[in-house]
Amino acid sequence: MADPMHQFEIHKIVDLPDITLPVVGTIDMAFTNSTLAMTLAAGLIVAFMTAVTANPQVVPGRLQVIGEGIFNYIDNLAAGIIGHEGRKFFPFVFTIFLFVLVMNFLGLFLVFTATSQLAVTATLAVLTMGLVLAVGFARNGLGFFKLFVPSGVPWYMLILVTPIEVISFLLRPVTLALRLFGNMLGGHVAMKVFAGFVVSLGALAAGGGLGLLGIPGAMLSLGGVVALTALEFLVAFLQAFVFAVLACVYLNDVVNLGHHH
Amino acid sequence: MDPAAAKYIGAGLATLGMIGAGVGVGTIFSGFLQGATRNPSAAGGQFTNLILGAALTEALGILAFVLGLLILFS
Repeated sequence: MADPMHQFEIHKIVDLPDITLPVVGTIDMAFTNSTLAMTLAAGLIVAFMTAVTANPQVVPGRLQVIGEGIFNYIDNLAAGIIGHEGRKFFPFVFTIFLFVLVMNFLGLFLVFTATSQLAVTATLAVLTMGLVLAVGFARNGLGFFKLFVPSGVPWYMLILVTPIEVISFLLRPVTLALRLFGNMLGGHVAMKVFAGFVVSLGALAAGGGLGLLGIPGAMLSLGGVVALTALEFLVAFLQAFVFAVLACVYLNDVVNLGHHH
Repeated sequence: MDPAAAKYIGAGLATLGMIGAGVGVGTIFSGFLQGATRNPSAAGGQFTNLILGAALTEALGILAFVLGLLILFS
């Protein structure tokens, strides 16, 4: 059976010279298939949004409705979670949502999923938490640490609650990165394992004799692949949505620190 | 015991953590459906909270999955 992990391997398409930075060390600048998938995703988003806004009408056409629908959906999401200041963070949330969504969907159409690389999802998670920290300190100063001391909790409970809050805050970027990575990796491995069953059971049936019993199994696996593909489309959207929702929730924690709207 | 065999058994055991995530996500959706069937008009507004709760619960199952991968491939 073919190796289900083979699809996640990184190949160099164009090998560029390495760059040595003073603190970070040597960085391989090669143009890999992961870079290609991300570039393609970014290009597709820009092309789509350009096409949508190229000829805006008062009564929107089909394409414009799709574009405005996505825009409106995330706008309502950000405003609903963060409140009236959600508009400020809408561009970030919208960019993250579209980028993750298109990378997830490209993984279902092409051979490579950029979001199944931990490096990609970790970068997105670090970017999100970096923005949360920057906004938190810029808006609240040292009052940012009130995040770990929930109001209305008696002091003797704070001994227990504060460490838990600190640990849960530190785990946020980890779970943010691992959730997307794990969902994409797990889904694609399951799909390839079922697809591998079709081939190996088909090869068994081609041998004739008792091997012909493999045919119903192969058909069942093929149905499984179709069902899993449909499920993966749902997961691809859901994970992009979850990433956007969580980015909003984490931003809301620091934007509306101490007072719930 | 053969170290390679122990590795595979360990990876398999690590994935048992998904049981908890499965029970948790099931509880969330059952709670949502119970509430939604009693008061369908309030169901739409809680969709984001539903997905949020499911995602936060599911993260723990994903941690078990990643732990299994780490045992298997390291």
